[in-house]
Amino acid sequence: MSLTDKTIAELRDGFRAGDFSAREIAEEFNAAVDAADALNAYLVKTPELALEAAEAADKARGSDSLKPLSGIPLGMKDLFATEGVLTSAGSKMLGNFLPPYESTVSANLKAAGAGMLGKLNMDEFAMGSSNETCAHGPVISPWRREGSNAAITPGGSSGGSASAVSARIAPGATGTDTGGSIRQPAAFTGICGIKPTYGRCSRWGIVSFASSLDQAGPMARTVRDCAIMLEAMCGFDPKDSTSLDVEVPQWEAGLSSDLKGKKVGIPREYRIDGTPGEINALWDQGVEWLRDAGAEPVEISLPHSKYALPTYYIIAPAEASSNLARYDGVRYGLREVVEGGGLHDMYKATRAEGFGDEVKRRIMIGTYVLSAGFYDAYFTKAQKVRALIKQDFRKAFEQCDMILTPTAPSAAFALGEKSDDPIAMYLNDVFAVPASLAGLPAMSVPGGVNGDGLPLGLHLIGNELDEQTVLNAGLAIEERAPSIELPKKWW
Amino acid sequence: MSDYVIKGQTGDWEVVIGLEIHAQVTSNAKLFSGAATAFGAEPNTQVSLVDAAMPGMLPVPNRECIRQAVRTGMAIDAQINRFSRFDRKNYFYADLPQGYQISQLYHPIVGEGEITVLVDEKDENSAKTIGVERIHLEQDAGKLMHDQHPTMSYVDLNRCGVALMEIVSKPDMRSPAEAGAYIRKLRSILRYVGSCDGNMEEGSMRADVNVSVRRPGEEFGTRTETKNVNSVRFVQQVIEYEAKRQVAAIEAGEEVVQETRLFNPDKGVTKPLRSKEDAHDYRYFPDPDLLPVELEDEFLAECRASLPELPDAKRKRYEDLGISVYNAAVLTAEVENARWFDRLLDAGADAVAASNWANSVLPGLLNAKEVAFDDPRNTPEVSAEILAMVDKGEISKGQAKEVFEYYLDSGDSPAKIVEDKGLKQTSDTGAIEAKVDEVLAANADKVQQYKDGKQALFGFFVGQTMKAMQGKANPQVVNQILRAKLDE
Amino acid sequence: MSVTQEQVRHIANLARIEMSEEETERLLPELNKILGWVEQLGEVDTDGVEPLTAVIDQQLRFRDDEVTDGDIRDKVLENAPDAQHGFFAVPKVIE
Ligand SMILES: [Mg+2]
Ligand SMILES: [Zn+2]
Repeated sequence: MSLTDKTIAELRDGFRAGDFSAREIAEEFNAAVDAADALNAYLVKTPELALEAAEAADKARGSDSLKPLSGIPLGMKDLFATEGVLTSAGSKMLGNFLPPYESTVSANLKAAGAGMLGKLNMDEFAMGSSNETCAHGPVISPWRREGSNAAITPGGSSGGSASAVSARIAPGATGTDTGGSIRQPAAFTGICGIKPTYGRCSRWGIVSFASSLDQAGPMARTVRDCAIMLEAMCGFDPKDSTSLDVEVPQWEAGLSSDLKGKKVGIPREYRIDGTPGEINALWDQGVEWLRDAGAEPVEISLPHSKYALPTYYIIAPAEASSNLARYDGVRYGLREVVEGGGLHDMYKATRAEGFGDEVKRRIMIGTYVLSAGFYDAYFTKAQKVRALIKQDFRKAFEQCDMILTPTAPSAAFALGEKSDDPIAMYLNDVFAVPASLAGLPAMSVPGGVNGDGLPLGLHLIGNELDEQTVLNAGLAIEERAPSIELPKKWW
Repeated sequence: MSDYVIKGQTGDWEVVIGLEIHAQVTSNAKLFSGAATAFGAEPNTQVSLVDAAMPGMLPVPNRECIRQAVRTGMAIDAQINRFSRFDRKNYFYADLPQGYQISQLYHPIVGEGEITVLVDEKDENSAKTIGVERIHLEQDAGKLMHDQHPTMSYVDLNRCGVALMEIVSKPDMRSPAEAGAYIRKLRSILRYVGSCDGNMEEGSMRADVNVSVRRPGEEFGTRTETKNVNSVRFVQQVIEYEAKRQVAAIEAGEEVVQETRLFNPDKGVTKPLRSKEDAHDYRYFPDPDLLPVELEDEFLAECRASLPELPDAKRKRYEDLGISVYNAAVLTAEVENARWFDRLLDAGADAVAASNWANSVLPGLLNAKEVAFDDPRNTPEVSAEILAMVDKGEISKGQAKEVFEYYLDSGDSPAKIVEDKGLKQTSDTGAIEAKVDEVLAANADKVQQYKDGKQALFGFFVGQTMKAMQGKANPQVVNQILRAKLDE
Repeated sequence: MSVTQEQVRHIANLARIEMSEEETERLLPELNKILGWVEQLGEVDTDGVEPLTAVIDQQLRFRDDEVTDGDIRDKVLENAPDAQHGFFAVPKVIE
């Protein structure tokens, strides 16, 4: 078994036991990364940083200075600012941006001993569900439909992360999730991904999309690996006013698939017309697995679920239209000067050239819903509905400890299949978005494959700060679901 | 109450004025970052990655700025909002790196309050109360320089993110004099509270001047806003210019356009800043990077407890000590002067004598020697010592001036100066009486004339006696003895 | 509500994105479709509901009034497309 086939926990334990060195791990992954250009998952490769961390890990082996992630090289979504390493957010706008600072989350991982394999491709400014909005070309999933060579999307926006982990060119990767961007790609590629409670991971140094929704989280092959990474990523950060000043639990140590005494809520409103039968069948199967693990299923109601997506598509673009105003060609990034033009001509030309279509579309929507005369009708209304959605969850968690739904309404689709219908694309996140609006922890775990042999995910939503229950239920599913064989190398 | 009217061709017009004062909050660090706020630093050296709006940078509010806004609100008896929130005001400009200013539109930290001004500081009956609509906190912008390069502008972000209080008055003022009195009073309060240094030259206080005109008693007219006016005099010029311009426009059958204008101090005129078509749509919305501001009892109690005696209370106290309305107003206008004067009183000086000394005598003496008021030599204790000697009759008022001048020159203590220069006047009745007797004996003719009714000669006898005493006699004692002897 | 071509141009200007006539024409039906779709929120009874602005129940924390940052001009300017004499340089404003 090649080292790249191992999980983070296996690599960590094997390295500690002296079965192999950190250097060997880093070298194998670096080589695998180099051999996987066809996936377009890495925008920047940093083999030297992976080796540097490996060297430190090998030196520390057997000593007190060994850290939780010593010996583990990881992939970093390009949304995290990495000091001196190109950080483009998948955009032409930041095509030359070398941050003089390191994001808190990536710094936390570094401090925990992890190395960095490189920066992972993503939808531009994290806006997309298929990784087709990236300025550097789409990411290709290592998965293919049975009997087809058509390129499949790994999902988005953390598509590079998903593709890299499922192709075993990173044992784990960071993702960010604003409205499903960790969970949907995890589901599409047969891996795990968790978005913690809003405020668990510092947003400092993560290129903002929608501030009230953005949250970082890990993507990895197993629930345990997610727990390991999440522990290292989370933590109070005084530089982020929305960071939670609470202790980080020992999630890995707390893992248990015994769900006796727990209630799992099944929201009746998530039975949506037109959802493929295989999705609903998997969902029913998931309920049985959790029952088998000791949990008691209860029907719950989240009456405003249907409005979550439109609410999201007002709030997220509104915040984004303001967050992305800083890309003006003055202090960093692209600048387009108009011959004989002034400052405002430069702004317009720079932003026309630097942003792709989806980003422009969302800035336009966001600008419109905040503009004079429309603010109350759209933005304030959406904030009110968001309050109702939050309230729905509050009530639901009086009756249950976790909620189970499908992660996405379909398996991964082929590149180009949905790219000319924005709303069809947005519907990918129909199950993922409510938890984002409510700031709740939520995770996707692989449940099985569909008729085409493509992976499907199950989605667990937990109460505020209760990542442990989410992880434990994820573990229970992981233990019972048929093990998914990761795609054979064709790249 | 104001009798300021604009005489139009069709009759009298009243001017309606509201002021939005941007006051820089006194703090070491910026409103949302740890960069310094000091004036005059090298360009872009007081800029953090947050101020430069680097991708992923986030604001964390400075407690002191919140505290100073609350204390300022308390100083004008304003409603303090326990719940407030920061909003984003979105627009593009090179001095605004985020593409939005963090401000407070929907829920400002301070609500309604009021400020009472004396339009004429000699006249207690000229008091007028001006309403304050709100005070909110916001970020200052950076600085653009247009004259360094033919085709480029240069951007310095040092000021960017410095905390400002925007203090919005109600449209309660009716004359340039009232507007001037309001700004001076507000500045005085801010400096007492210590929430703003009030330095208009360095831009610590700038006014947006809202002006409209109307027939007395009628509905408000359409207003214009002239931005960033940086002295009391300019504010008054803006009001006069705008009032006349608007009256002329209305009387010519035109409409006053609601617009933003800029003042040109060289020409004394205002000009529209941008055309109406390009009117901004700021798309305010709550800043999602910041949670609501919720103030706790303990915090509010500390804010209140830390407030000093404010100008109105101090003025009232001075007046109660017998100090004149005018002197009390002048002494309390500047916080440094008032604090200095309080120390003078603490050192035991008589209030009325001290107020005359501080207002009418001391400034001239300092001026003549080109010594600043805040010169370390000008301690209230020295003045107190000199005033005490006057009070005890040891030196005359005239000698008091002399002693102070010697003090400035030599640095010797007033007691030593009086001693060394032999200035100490005597109240020794025996010695004075002896000299009086000598003078009266030597001028028997004049004594007779005095007794015959030429009362004016009294001064002559005083002068002669003082001369005989080499100027060191207490004039009051001299007077007493002379009266006794001449009128017996 | 539906957006007009004129409004699309106005929004593009507010957002400072240069757009050709062709682009605004292409965007118009897309924006209207998305706006029409989000308008289903009108069905929700939100009377008396406080708009949610902070998703977590937490109080805002403050920083102390200490100078802890700045004096990093090189870092501030190093990514600038044009920096001169310690300033960012931008094309002159034409009002
Ligand atoms: Mg204003
Ligand atoms: Zn303002």
